[in-house]
Amino acid sequence: MSATLVCSPHGSRPNRVDRVMQEVLLALVPGVLAMIWFFGWGVLINIMLAVAVAVAAEAAVMLVRRRPIGPAIGDYSAVVTAVLFAISVPPTLPWWMTLLGMLFAIVLVKQLYGGIGYNPFNPAMAAYVFLLVSYPVAMTTWLAPDMLAEHAVSFTESLRLIFAGALPSGVEWDAISAATPLDEMRGKLDQGMSIAEIRLSPLWGDFGGRGWEWVANGFLLGGVYLLWRRIITWHIPVSMLAALAVAAGAFWLLDPTTHPVPAFHLFSGAAIVGAFFIATDPVSACTTKTGQIIFGASIGLVVFVIRTWGGYPDAVAFAVLLMNIAAPTIDHYTQPRVFGHTGNRAKP
Amino acid sequence: MASILSLLRRERLWTFHGGIHVPDEKALSNGRAVETMPLPKRLVIPLQQHIGATARPVVKVGERVLKGQLLAQAEGYVSACIHASSSGTLVAIEPRPVPHPSGLSALCAVIETDGEDTWAELPEPMTRYAQLDTSEIRERIRWAGVVGLGGASFPTSVKLNPGPDQRIRTLIINGAECEPYITCDDLLMRERAGDILAGARIMHHLLGDPRILIGIEDNKPEAFEAMRFALAETDMRGYTEIRSIPTLYPSGGEKQLIRILTGAEVPTHAIPARIGIVCQNVGSAAAVADAVLEGRPLISRIVTVTGRAIDEPRNLEVRIGTPVSDLIAHCGGYRERPRKLVCGGPMMGFEIAHPTIPVTKPANCVLALTEVEAPDPGPALACIRCGRCAEVCPAKLLPQQLYWHARAKDLDRVQDYNLFDCIECGCCAQVCPSHIPLVQYYRYAKNEVWAREEDKRKAELARMRHESKQARLERQERERKARLRQKKESLEAGPGKSQTDQDAKKAAIEAAKQRAAAKKAAAAKAEETDDA
Ligand code: SF4
Ligand code: SF4
Repeated sequence: MSATLVCSPHGSRPNRVDRVMQEVLLALVPGVLAMIWFFGWGVLINIMLAVAVAVAAEAAVMLVRRRPIGPAIGDYSAVVTAVLFAISVPPTLPWWMTLLGMLFAIVLVKQLYGGIGYNPFNPAMAAYVFLLVSYPVAMTTWLAPDMLAEHAVSFTESLRLIFAGALPSGVEWDAISAATPLDEMRGKLDQGMSIAEIRLSPLWGDFGGRGWEWVANGFLLGGVYLLWRRIITWHIPVSMLAALAVAAGAFWLLDPTTHPVPAFHLFSGAAIVGAFFIATDPVSACTTKTGQIIFGASIGLVVFVIRTWGGYPDAVAFAVLLMNIAAPTIDHYTQPRVFGHTGNRAKP
Repeated sequence: MASILSLLRRERLWTFHGGIHVPDEKALSNGRAVETMPLPKRLVIPLQQHIGATARPVVKVGERVLKGQLLAQAEGYVSACIHASSSGTLVAIEPRPVPHPSGLSALCAVIETDGEDTWAELPEPMTRYAQLDTSEIRERIRWAGVVGLGGASFPTSVKLNPGPDQRIRTLIINGAECEPYITCDDLLMRERAGDILAGARIMHHLLGDPRILIGIEDNKPEAFEAMRFALAETDMRGYTEIRSIPTLYPSGGEKQLIRILTGAEVPTHAIPARIGIVCQNVGSAAAVADAVLEGRPLISRIVTVTGRAIDEPRNLEVRIGTPVSDLIAHCGGYRERPRKLVCGGPMMGFEIAHPTIPVTKPANCVLALTEVEAPDPGPALACIRCGRCAEVCPAKLLPQQLYWHARAKDLDRVQDYNLFDCIECGCCAQVCPSHIPLVQYYRYAKNEVWAREEDKRKAELARMRHESKQARLERQERERKARLRQKKESLEAGPGKSQTDQDAKKAAIEAAKQRAAAKKAAAAKAEETDDA
C-alpha cells in the first residue's frame, strides 16, 4: 500500500475495539450475577478459569506467530469469548474440559483462521458444541437452581467438584443436580405427559424455568444496555427472539397441550443471552441490515425446530453456528442499494 | 392559527442514509466579526486553484501588476482565470509548494507587493444584467475566476451553463457548512446575506428562473436569521425558500444536501444538472455578485483559522496567495504546539507539511489541532466486521467490503462494490472501532484504478499509432509502385506527353484525396477511443 501517510479524518475517534468489548463484559454482569446466585460458585470459577486459559492461549499463539502480544490481549476479545463459553457450560464442568474448550476456541476456531476478525464461527459456541458432542453427559449435567437443591454447594465444594471431580461428602449427584427446564420439558413430553402436568413440576417458575427466568432477565437487562450504548443494533436480537416467539406461539395456539407457551422458550434456556450476546458477535454474523434480520430470524426458527423436534434440548449454539455458515451468502444477497443507483449491485 | 399555517407551509425535509454527529466546535471561531488580513509582503498565487486545466500566464516576470489584474487566462472550458490580489512586481513564475493532498509543488505567480494596493481598471458593473445576454454574464463570471468555494472548486461559469436541452428547475444554495470547526460560510451569511442573495438571483437568471432553495444547518441560527431577514427585503420571496436542516455530517455534501432538500437522488456518476438541479456554495454566490454587480474578480476569501492550538481562533478575509503562516501569526500564533496542521475541516481536509503554502480559492479553513483534539489513533487493528462503517456511510456503500478488496488490490471487485460512489467523507473511518484508515485505502484504490485506465489508454494509443504508421508505409509503397508503372507506361506510349501529364495530375489529386480521407477516418477512430 502506497504511503500517503496522513489521511482524513483527523479528529479523535471515539470508538475502540477494547472499549466495545469492555462494554460487552459490563453488560454481562447482571446475568452472571444471577447465575452465580442461582447456580453457585462454580459459575464464577469456570469464568476465571476460562479467562485465564483463553488469555494465555491467545498470548502463546501470538508468541508463536511472532506478533505483538499486547494488542491481541488488550482488545479483550478473548475475555469475552471465555466468559460466554463459561456461562454456557454447566457450573460443575471438570476443569480440563474448560481448558480443552478454550484451547479449541482460541487456537483452532479463532487463531487458525487468522485471529480476531477472520474467524467464520463464533469461537465460544464452536467450543461448546465440540464439548457437547465429545462429552454429552458432563455437558448436560446441571446443578439445580439454589432453592430446589437439597444441598447448596459451597465455594470449596465447587472447587473440589471442578478440579477433583469429588462430590461433597455424604451427598449424591441427585441432591445437587436437576434437569434443565428445557430438558425436562422434552423428556416428559416424550413420555406423553401434557403441558399442564409438566407445569406442576417445581422447575417451572413464573414464566420460564425457575431460576433460569431470572438469569434470562439479567441478560435481557445487559442486552438493553448494549442497545442503549449502541454497541449492538436491534436487528439480530429482535428478529431472533421474535421468530422464536412467533414460531412457538403458533404451535402453542394450535396445540397448547403439547407445546409450551412462547415465554417458556424465551426464558428457560439460552435464547436471551444468545440473542443479545452470542448471535450479535459481529465477526461471525451478517453485516448488512437486511442480512442481520434474516440471520437473526433464522437462528430463532432453527432453535425452535431443534428444541421441538431435534435431538438436543437447547439449540442456540447449533443454530448460531449453522447460520454463521450462511452469513457470507446472506450478506452477498442483501447488499443495500448504493446511493444514486437504481437497483444494481455488486456482481457475484 | 398562524403557527399552524406556518407548520403546514413548512416544506418537507428528507434524510439520507447514515451520517454522523461529531462535536461541531464551531463556537471556537464564530464569536467575532470577520477581520481583514493585512497585506503580506509577498503573494504566492498558484495558477491552478480549481478543478480543470491550469490557467495560462499572461504576464511576464519583472512586470508591475495591479490589484485585480488578470495574471493567467483560463485555458480550456473547465478552467478558471487567476488575478493578482494586490499591486506590486511579479518576481517569479515558478513551481512552489501549494495546498494539495499530494503535497506537491505547482506553478505559482509570485508578487512582491508595493503596499499601495492599487486597483487595475475593472470592467463596468452589470447592474442591469437582466437585460443582457446570458452568455455575456457568464463570460464575466468566467473572467472573474469564480469557482466553487465550498472546497470542490469547480468553475462556477461552467456549472451555470447546463446546456440548452437541460431545464434546471431548482437552484440550491449550500449554506450547510457541515464540517466541524469551519465557520467562514456562517460568518459570510451573517455579514453578507444580501450579497449572497444578489448572487443567487443572478444565477437564477442565468439558469432560466428555477426556484431557489437555501439550506442552512440548524447550528447556525444567526446566519439563518440574517438570511431570512435579507430575503424579506428582496422581491425574491416568490421563488426563494430558506430551510433550516438538522445538523448531521455530511449534510453539506452536494448529493446529500440535494437529497435533504428535494428528496432526489443524483444518479451515480452524473452531475445534479441531469436531474434539473444546480448546487452552489454561498461563497460562490457572493463572488458572482461581486463579479457581475461590481466588476470585481475573486481575489480574496474568508478563511477560518481555528483549532485549540490557535491562540485566538477567528475568521479572516484573506487575499488569495497569502501564506498560511501569516494567518496563524495574525491569530496570535500557537497556544500549544499543534500535532497536526490541516487545510480544510477535520473530516475531509488534508494535512499540510509547510505552513508557508499560500491560501487558495478553495481553502476554507486552517486548522491547528492539539494532541487532545487529534490524538494518534494508534495502529490499526483487524476489522471485526462490526458493520458500523456501513451504518454511517451516506453513499450506502459497504466500506468494510471495499476495504477488504482494496487491501487485496482486487481492483475489479472494488469497482463492483462501487468504489467510485465513495465521496471520501470519512464517516466510516471516524466510527471504526479498529481505527482502520479506511479512506486512505479507498484513495489508494481509486488511484490504482485510474493508473490502470491510463495504462490501457496509452497502450491503445500506441497500438493505433503503430497501425497508422503501418498503413502509411503501405500506402507510400503502393504510390511508389503506381508512379513507376505510370512512368513505364508513358515511356512506352512515347509522345502525347500532355495527355500523360494530365493523367499524372489527376492521379496525384486522387491520391491526395485518398490520403485526406484516410486521415479523417483515423482521427475519427482516435476520438472514439478517447471517449470510451
Ligand atoms: S467499522 Fe471498522 S471494524 Fe467495523 S466493520 Fe467497518 S472496517 Fe470493520
Ligand atoms: S468515506 Fe466513502 S465509504 Fe466511507 S462513509 Fe464516506 S462515502 Fe462511505
